[in-house]
Amino acid sequence: MTYEVPEDRRYVATHEWVEDRDGIVRIGITDFAQDELGDIVFVELPQVDDELEAEEAFGVIESIKAVSDLYAPVGGTVTDVNETVMDQPELVNEDPFGDGWMIEIEPTAADAVDELLSAAEYEDQLE
Amino acid sequence: MIYDQARWRRTEEPVYEPLSAEKAERTVDLDDRDVPLPDELTRDEVTLPRLSEPELARHYTRLSQMTYGVDSGPYPLGSCTMKYNPKFTEDVAADPAGLIHPHRGDETTQGTLELCGRLQDYLARIGGMDAVTLQPPAGAAGEFTGIRIAANYHDHRGESHRDEVIVPDTAHGTNFASAALAGYDVIELPSGDDGRIDLSALEAATSDRTAALMLTNPNTLGLFERDIETIAATVHDAGGLLYYDGANLNALLGRARPGDMGFDIMHYNVHKTFATPHGGGGPGAGPVGVTEDLQPFLPTPHIRETGDGFETYEPAQSIGKVHGFCGNWLVLIKAFAYIARLGDPGLADTSAKAVLNANYLGSQLDMEIPHEPYHHEFVASAGDKDAAEVAKAMLDHGVHPPTTKWPDIVREALMTEPTESENRDTLDQLARAFNTVAAGDEDDFADAPRRTSARRIDQVAAARDVRLSWHDVEFE
Repeated sequence: MTYEVPEDRRYVATHEWVEDRDGIVRIGITDFAQDELGDIVFVELPQVDDELEAEEAFGVIESIKAVSDLYAPVGGTVTDVNETVMDQPELVNEDPFGDGWMIEIEPTAADAVDELLSAAEYEDQLE
Repeated sequence: MIYDQARWRRTEEPVYEPLSAEKAERTVDLDDRDVPLPDELTRDEVTLPRLSEPELARHYTRLSQMTYGVDSGPYPLGSCTMKYNPKFTEDVAADPAGLIHPHRGDETTQGTLELCGRLQDYLARIGGMDAVTLQPPAGAAGEFTGIRIAANYHDHRGESHRDEVIVPDTAHGTNFASAALAGYDVIELPSGDDGRIDLSALEAATSDRTAALMLTNPNTLGLFERDIETIAATVHDAGGLLYYDGANLNALLGRARPGDMGFDIMHYNVHKTFATPHGGGGPGAGPVGVTEDLQPFLPTPHIRETGDGFETYEPAQSIGKVHGFCGNWLVLIKAFAYIARLGDPGLADTSAKAVLNANYLGSQLDMEIPHEPYHHEFVASAGDKDAAEVAKAMLDHGVHPPTTKWPDIVREALMTEPTESENRDTLDQLARAFNTVAAGDEDDFADAPRRTSARRIDQVAAARDVRLSWHDVEFE
């Protein structure tokens, strides 16, 4: 089984991805994570303006198999939350790197993203 | 032996109930009723089902045939202790003498107070505690009460800085929740390789911030914490209290007492230990026992014996109320009746048979049971199979399956607790169910269960498209 690991994202060991979008970072869970969880039935996310620290749990994701915390790869202020994914949690299974994104953060440290795993490094970890 | 459960359904629709007659409704006009309540609290009309008595009788009879309970067959749902509820306790609880108003004065309710007072004494003696409150309405409510008592005790001693409660990773989820709800940071303690408390990990986790350690003994793997005296000393030396989760007291009943092991606070799950019905949300009871030092912190009202009877009073540093009055009285009557009927020899026999049954069943299984020796329950591993699929396949053998996938330190866990209620025939029936499924190919039961009223449930649709009332069910 091979998993999608887009080159244009950064990753963390807890299977979240980060996409740098001109200073704002978008966060979601990886293809591997959604496959491990199975059918996702519930997503709980923070509110806009919430402050998060790196590695802090920012939300909860529930599948028919398990309930897991979502961890912030970088610290910062929440600027947007994907309301659609809360109503249609199946989007996380269908399109984890696209419509299944979770939140957007304005990072506290501008270079925080650069310290995360590259696609190649994350792929190594999956093996 | 082949099992088939009663089944009604409409063509291919997964709708089993209700029938059209049962959806017939009638709106009753209440407008002219003289009700002494403010208008905003009353309705002008109410819609009620419109059924004849035979329709109603058949409705409930059908439902009883389409369900599975401990009155139907073995129910080895691990950790839940689904023992049989003796019917005589229902008769005792149904006695009209028990129907008294809670606001009646103590002098006119001496019988009620005496029963409660004696039950407090029974429970204290069974647990090795000095005082017991009957007020908490469930086991988890008992945990919360116990941890609040610990918090007030520390506050009273000027040790409010204690802000951590330690909970082993095999503990019931309610332990983590109760400690967090009471305002504590929860420190999860990883188990040792043998499935028990790792003493060096415990040593490292305890400090002057430790308010309490919550422990289940035997633990959820059915293992007795052999080092309980060292564990108690470690926690007490750090100034913390030792909390006993009574979920598995059924294994020790009449043989060993938490108080003698060094526990300071405990709750009793009367539904698991003394055969009151499992509530499905209530009403339940989760009495809490404490040592003498903690007695002043018990919830109010508490019941005590005086020179010429019994009375309710408020303990000196009471944590307040956790439920109305003295607790769920009708549940407490059943616990009292069970204890009084069995007596000391009967209670000791209960734990012996609970342990014997679990060990006999375990010995008959062709499955790995990683942690031994176990007491009243064991956790088998489904190995390469998915434990949830094994459970669904077991339903077709006319038994309730074990608890699945927990505790997660055992791979594909099947947590099994036959209880003392079962005889050898039903234990053998259970073993056949386990072994037939274990020997089968997972593909063979991909569509199981096939013999139950409700077949394979679409768990994803059920979670994403929740229907909580029959009003949400559409049919012609």
